Amino acid sequence: MILPWLILIPFIGGLLCWQGERFGPTLPRWIALITMSLLTALALWLWTTGTYTYAPVPGADPSWAVEFKAQWIQRFGISVHLALDGLSLLMILLTGLLGVLSVLCSWKEIQRNVGFFHLNLMWILGGVVGVFLAIDLFMFFFFWEMMLVPMFFLIALWGHSSADGKKTRIYAATKFFIFTQASGLIMLVAILGLVLVHFNQTGVITFAYADLLKTKLSHSTEYILMLGFFIAFAVKLPIVPLHSWLPDAHAQAPTAGSVDLAGILLKTAAYGLLRFALPLFPNASAEFAPIAMALGLIGIFYGAFLAFAQTDIKRLIAFSSVSHMGFVLIGIYSGSQQALQGVVVQMLAHGLSAAALFILSGQLYERLHTRDMREMGGLWNKIAYLPAISLFFAAASLGLPGTGNFVGEFLILIGTFVSAPWITAIATSGLVFGSVYSLIMIHRAYFGPAKTEEIYKGMDGRELIMVLGLAVLLVLLGVYPQPILDTSSATMHGVQQWLGTAFTQLASAR
Amino acid sequence: MDLTIQHFIALAPLLITSITVVVVMLGIAWRRNHSQSFLLTVAGLNLALLSIYPALKVAPLAVTPLLQIDSFALLYIGIILVSTLACVTLAHAYLGEGKAGYPGNREELYLLILMAAAGAMVLVATKHLAGLFIGLELLSVPVYGLVAYAFFNKRSLEAGIKYMVLSAAGSAFLLFGMALLYAEAGSLSFIEIGKALAATGLPSPVASLGLGMMLIGLGFKLSLVPFHLWTPDVYEGAPAPVAAFLATASKVAVFGVLVRLFQISPAATSGVLNDVMSVIAVASIIIGNLLALTQNNLKRLLGYSSIAHFGYMMIAMVASKGMAVEAISVYLVTYVLTSLGAFGVITLMSSPYSGRDADAMFEYRGLFWRRPYLTAVLTVMMLSLAGIPLTTGFIGKFYIIATGVEAHLWWLTASLVIGSAIGVFYYLRVMVTLYLQDSKIQRHDAPFNWAQRAGGVMLLGITLLAFFLGVYPQPLLSLVQHAGL
Repeated sequence: MILPWLILIPFIGGLLCWQGERFGPTLPRWIALITMSLLTALALWLWTTGTYTYAPVPGADPSWAVEFKAQWIQRFGISVHLALDGLSLLMILLTGLLGVLSVLCSWKEIQRNVGFFHLNLMWILGGVVGVFLAIDLFMFFFFWEMMLVPMFFLIALWGHSSADGKKTRIYAATKFFIFTQASGLIMLVAILGLVLVHFNQTGVITFAYADLLKTKLSHSTEYILMLGFFIAFAVKLPIVPLHSWLPDAHAQAPTAGSVDLAGILLKTAAYGLLRFALPLFPNASAEFAPIAMALGLIGIFYGAFLAFAQTDIKRLIAFSSVSHMGFVLIGIYSGSQQALQGVVVQMLAHGLSAAALFILSGQLYERLHTRDMREMGGLWNKIAYLPAISLFFAAASLGLPGTGNFVGEFLILIGTFVSAPWITAIATSGLVFGSVYSLIMIHRAYFGPAKTEEIYKGMDGRELIMVLGLAVLLVLLGVYPQPILDTSSATMHGVQQWLGTAFTQLASAR
Repeated sequence: MDLTIQHFIALAPLLITSITVVVVMLGIAWRRNHSQSFLLTVAGLNLALLSIYPALKVAPLAVTPLLQIDSFALLYIGIILVSTLACVTLAHAYLGEGKAGYPGNREELYLLILMAAAGAMVLVATKHLAGLFIGLELLSVPVYGLVAYAFFNKRSLEAGIKYMVLSAAGSAFLLFGMALLYAEAGSLSFIEIGKALAATGLPSPVASLGLGMMLIGLGFKLSLVPFHLWTPDVYEGAPAPVAAFLATASKVAVFGVLVRLFQISPAATSGVLNDVMSVIAVASIIIGNLLALTQNNLKRLLGYSSIAHFGYMMIAMVASKGMAVEAISVYLVTYVLTSLGAFGVITLMSSPYSGRDADAMFEYRGLFWRRPYLTAVLTVMMLSLAGIPLTTGFIGKFYIIATGVEAHLWWLTASLVIGSAIGVFYYLRVMVTLYLQDSKIQRHDAPFNWAQRAGGVMLLGITLLAFFLGVYPQPLLSLVQHAGL
């Protein structure tokens, strides 16, 4: 029974926040903080007590660490079917942790309609947890679409319009919504296509993951259905031709929105690829792998170049996410256990480091009231602690050894090298550009001639705890990633089996 | 044929509604009182709604060669009665009490709505072209009066005349089409027509022409592209509760008869007519959504969006097999709920009547900070129209996509995806307006105690239902599954 509660806690907490505003603006913040802490605590408890050697593998009914099932819509064989394995557990931990941080980082930033803000924030996180737990395809899609609405409100109502007034927050929010909604509908068509193929074969209409895994698909059908899933995930990840909503949404969103967007929402796409796209369509995915990897490469370089060219600090971090997600995409389609494990670490590390960078730029904005790096410069000795901590996270973002990002990228590259040496070689050179944009961000913002002589307020306890906590976690992940790797290894082993078999078949067919 | 008590039971919803018309009329003649007419109307409609239950026991039953009372007809009669009830409740709030509100005679509106509802009920139960025409005219003629009911307002009068002229033109097409079809098939009964058409394989050119002209006539009522030009003007001009009636009961009835006609005589949709319907579906989806993009008037926006929604339903009509009928019924229920909610908010915002309706977008700016719960209602309705999960609209859209995929209608499904993506834009625009900073100029606002009145209670009920069916749709699906053709 614990799994439904993981989803329900944020939803109920959100409603309480909304109604709690009657008793002053501080109450919703505390309720939200307690809600998210509860979620994190539950996830930690699950982590310490559960055994995560169970995961779906090919050729057998999926086994899960924890499972919950209840009837929902009998007409279509849809059930409330939730399940937890190592991968989903790690993602939920990340969600809870970043949930706590996004409440904390909005403590001073959000002053208007606090209750409604936290309602939206909690519902996003609830939807994300739903995405990570649902293994009924209808339910997965349900949460996938549902979480867009509160995110839309978060950007549209509490966001910042760009300084020149050209791109309003409503424009960004609408763009985000339309991109993800349209691609989501394509996935819905693909889901229904899969369900109907399964129905024609067996006469049973069902959306259950375990049953649909057994569907036998013809070559072309599998490829088309795989593309339907891939497009939806490609928009959310994002992959380069479909990424243009991301920088706008990030730049215009409030800090908490950016943290959730970069830290968790992008991960839902990678999770979707690992959980659904690869196991459901292994052969088509193997065939598609070179294209996906090429897209990943384009993403790495395109993201890095555009990050370098930005003047808006949040847009810079947004484009760096595009670049990092390129590595994730390459790792996912490499079909090696090492690279897949690297993907998990990279996802967690990017979640932490991007969240930290967004929180820091939010704190910068609160002091300077601008995100434009041309108006910064020389801030190194003007704000206590903030520049040094920024430097740490910039270094983490460029993959400095000792941080989780290094472990992730290293594992991805070394794992991919076996199957695709050239792609790995080119991707590795992308790391250089990663250093360039990370350091240029630090350079432009904190070094050089100072624009003003004003000394800004230093970081207070709340701000310090947030980022230092993240820094500690990132270093822990960098020096001792073994617990994480152990937790996710069963899941990744399953994914590797699916894709590996398909790769061998593909090789022998050629 | 002999009419037994069984037949009367089967026909009870229609009979009770008709009796209510007479009672309300006599009531007005005896004592002109707004509340009295309203209460009589509501009592009659509720009785009619209750009488569906005994009617289900005797269904399916043919009552005269014109009418077939089966579970499908009774489901649609139920939808029509519920939406009429909702419109009547809204109308009561809209017309106002005492001195405030509508200055002319208020009571006749109920009379007209009841008559139109009776016509709609005939329409969904008919299995004969004559019944179709009787039902359609009985539905349309009172609606002319209803659209022009606020005749102090120039726009309302203009809308009424526009609707009358175009509707008459549509009826002319319909009659001509029927005549051609009769010449070909030799019968007016749907079943006989189906047999005659099936006998020749593909429908002959004359029969195709006849069916095509009928489609034009019915397409006018459903405001499918390219017969949609009247829709935004009439929606804008008509008083808000009447626009709600036009969007719900009237369209449900016409779509219901179309479903029955094409299901009973499937040959009618084969050949060139199938292509025509596909083109109409795609055009309605794309053009309806595109034209809605730039609207700054909420009623016009809903008018255009209804064009698109009936385009979506045409996809299931083109599919016509498998779960098409089920999908149409589910979609109609979700659409009716949503439209009633959206028009309900407009009505309450415009209540009591004061010259013109609150339908300009700027009047809704920042509504959240003044009337949070009313805004929540409109937000749920907009999300439902956009087909976002947690609302009933998603279930409807899910069904239509499933039908499209099942029938391999890739082009139509693709146009639905594109149409929804465009649609999201303007629904979001409305939604975000509600939450923006309050505007200084305010002409209209819902009364503070809106939620304690009948209209408000009804509206909150609809919203809860729209939310509940979005989360747990199984009751609706079971209901609709039992009401197949």
